[in-house]
Amino acid sequence: MENNAFYVALSLLVNFDASLFGIVALSLQVSLLAVLIAAVLGFPLGAAVALWRFPGRGGMIVVLNALMGLPPVVAGLMVYLLLSRAGPLGEWGLLFTPGAMVIAQVVLVLPILAALSRQKVEDLLGEYREQFVSLGMSRSRMMPTLLWDARFALLTVLLAGFGRASAEVGAVMMVGGNIEGVTRVMTTSIVLETGKGNLPLALGLGIVLLGLVMLINAGAYLVGELTRRRVG
Amino acid sequence: MKKTLNLVLAGIASIGLAFSACAEDHITLASTTSTENSGLFASILPKFEDSTGIEVRVVAVGTGQAFEIARRGDADSLLVHDTAGEKRFVENGFATERANVMYNDFVLIGPADDPANIGAATNAAEAFAAIAEAEAPFASRGDDSGTNRAELRLWKNAGVEPDGEWYRELGSGMGPTLNTAAAMDAYVMSDRATWVAFGNRQNLKLLFEGDKVLFNQYGSLLLSQEKHPHLKHELAKKWHDWLLSDDGQQAIADFKVDGQQLFFPNAQ
Repeated sequence: MENNAFYVALSLLVNFDASLFGIVALSLQVSLLAVLIAAVLGFPLGAAVALWRFPGRGGMIVVLNALMGLPPVVAGLMVYLLLSRAGPLGEWGLLFTPGAMVIAQVVLVLPILAALSRQKVEDLLGEYREQFVSLGMSRSRMMPTLLWDARFALLTVLLAGFGRASAEVGAVMMVGGNIEGVTRVMTTSIVLETGKGNLPLALGLGIVLLGLVMLINAGAYLVGELTRRRVG
Repeated sequence: MKKTLNLVLAGIASIGLAFSACAEDHITLASTTSTENSGLFASILPKFEDSTGIEVRVVAVGTGQAFEIARRGDADSLLVHDTAGEKRFVENGFATERANVMYNDFVLIGPADDPANIGAATNAAEAFAAIAEAEAPFASRGDDSGTNRAELRLWKNAGVEPDGEWYRELGSGMGPTLNTAAAMDAYVMSDRATWVAFGNRQNLKLLFEGDKVLFNQYGSLLLSQEKHPHLKHELAKKWHDWLLSDDGQQAIADFKVDGQQLFFPNAQ
């Protein structure tokens, strides 16, 4: 029985292991905050690129799209060099703290949110353009309208960003250091337990993580459906 | 809009909480995966914290990376196992003092049927030569860790240039290397602590041990105040001194897995 990952996952949950709870809470805190910050920056950025015409716009779209594939370990390395004492932001003393992990995940999630929201907003702009023109609306007044009307599509974009953040291990491992009780999250624990040869426990943790991500997606789906119905 | 704002504020507040938890006395220790994975730190750190109130936060990486973290000023203290590298670190001015803390030993692991017959070897050089002779698969860490550096010294010692299809450099930590060795039925050199605590042995068995050249010394270093004045040198010195004290040495000796002592204190 102890070698069955589902049994391990279940007993982890039933016994409500305190250190597991801390790890899950930190995973959620770091990834949700990173997605939130990335959304506050990324959605307006995506909408702006969709709305305005400026030199280098095509290049910017290519870069944003390409950065969606930024390897987490590269993002981690960049943030590590930035936050290291020998680096430009070393004074902040953020390396090996949850703050560093949030920054690294923002770097990973921001391109996804900006690139996908740019596409969604641009598609919507095609539909709305004539109306906007007839109303004589300025571009900066179009932005909130477009973002609001694209909100259901953007919710899915948000979930894609959260999926990226909660699934990656390379960046948080490098800038967090996997310190027990301080920067250990679900994915780094799975790497650690695999390294110790505790494969059932590692897979059990993976099942818990998967369940958690599923819960959040189900919640987002419900919120989307309910508001959609209310809006009619 | 107001809701989003509230969410942002809640997020910032929660991360603020995470930071304030860091406010008490703590040091960051760069150390090796063997000390962390075996459970040594989980056993001795609470004792240190009880007697001094200082929390030790362990970043467990390969010895090569641990040196790099310390060189950049990202850790307050260093506990690794590469005596030659540690002495160079002191000579280069990154550390002011190095002391022996404890030792354990390396062991040779391999498939239970031992195709290279290293079980019959009388010393480590013979065992390594036998593996090369049989061209039996050997999984090397290949990550510039203390264990990897020791392994390369031992091949040299055996007069063998490890090269060819059978010699596989994995570039990963001790645990992942053991996982891979178990999957491909390869020989592998491990520190005893990681091996004893390892849970996925499959067909692997301890085949050779006991030669003096397999001795694995761990050292603690006091980092240079001059190079990195921002580090918590005072707290780091307390940790260093405690490791070498009777209490610290006793705590190391008291750590056992399945009744087996894994680290042997030897501070002078």
